[in-house]
Amino acid sequence: MKLRLSILLLSILLACGSPGWAQSDREVDARKNALELAGAFTNDGFKMRDGHWCGLLRPHDMALIAVNLYAGNQYWFSVGAVEPAKKITVNLYDEGGKQVPAEKYDSGAKAAAGFSPTGSGQYFVAVDLLEGAESNYCLVYSYK
Amino acid sequence: MRAVAIATLIACYCVIGAEPARLSPDRLARAIKAEEISIPTPGELFAALEKPGKPNWSGQYREPIPMTYRNRAQIALNLGGLIADGFVAVEAKDSQQVKNIGSDIIKLSKALGVSENLLRRGNSLNDFAENDEWDALQEELEATQNEVKSSMQTHSDQDLIILVSVGGWLRGTQVVTSAIMENYDERAAKVLRQPALVSFIHSKVNGISPELRDEPLVKHVDDQLVSIEKLVSFAPGKAPTPDEVRKVNEAVGRTIESIQGKPDAR
Repeated sequence: MKLRLSILLLSILLACGSPGWAQSDREVDARKNALELAGAFTNDGFKMRDGHWCGLLRPHDMALIAVNLYAGNQYWFSVGAVEPAKKITVNLYDEGGKQVPAEKYDSGAKAAAGFSPTGSGQYFVAVDLLEGAESNYCLVYSYK
Repeated sequence: MRAVAIATLIACYCVIGAEPARLSPDRLARAIKAEEISIPTPGELFAALEKPGKPNWSGQYREPIPMTYRNRAQIALNLGGLIADGFVAVEAKDSQQVKNIGSDIIKLSKALGVSENLLRRGNSLNDFAENDEWDALQEELEATQNEVKSSMQTHSDQDLIILVSVGGWLRGTQVVTSAIMENYDERAAKVLRQPALVSFIHSKVNGISPELRDEPLVKHVDDQLVSIEKLVSFAPGKAPTPDEVRKVNEAVGRTIESIQGKPDAR
């Protein structure tokens, strides 16, 4: 599993070297941080989804991303950011906008939230910048 | 001292009794919705389906589809369906079926002219299938789907990307509804509630170029998505009944039939 994660990280770095690839270095670093965090969950049998979302995180302006989840699955949403972001947090909301209880992991510019929906449908991943200045972030998720 | 104790009690009460934070409908409407993260893969759908009990995955295979389509929209829709078939074969742990489907994916991709990097993916699928590396195969299938889409992006075929997702979602839903109909279980049936997902897919199809959107097959699929969205709009927390599952199965089945139908010579 670690080998596959290393290959994944390497392929991202190689891809960034190719002409025409629009990702900035900071975005790549943010994605690398997110993948490193998500990699920890693969040890518990979580499969990392081959898809991601990268964007800009601003102070007092939560980033909100819609995802569609299935009842029965367990999910971890992992977010990585880069300097000057110092501390971020991830929260989850249901389709009515109500925050759902989630397992949390926060460590500076990396944070994750874990959740097992009892109902299928649309949910929202909210990423907040608690300390630091505007920065790139990247979201990946894992499921089992 | 007494005042401090009361204040502490009040603070505790406030924390315990606090309502969870709520976002306004306006804020939710402004959420980012992106294909890369907002459309689940067939692997996620199948993982949820098999929680109550493993379905008969090999019983969900379909007859091989034609490889002679010439209409690009039809090829894209069928590519998505084939990738979903690949996930079914992985769930069934059927290496020969994975190889057959991998080879079909490459053939259809070639027809779209997006196969350069995919040939490498096709070889990886074969290698992983040969060695029964099922987790790696699932990851490789997701990567193959992304490779197809990124290749379409490079070839200025952005409009076809959503059609790959549509084909995959429809075929995945056909498989899931068939499996649930064979062995009804409320927990498994709950995976079918996805109105926001179908609405998002529908909005993306509406965003493609008018020329492509006006093609009869795309128009037909788009019309079907409107009906399917209604069929999968179950109340939150409520499992669809066997009859409701059958209705979804019939609707997606009809749409898949038109997608895999006789190759169009246009």
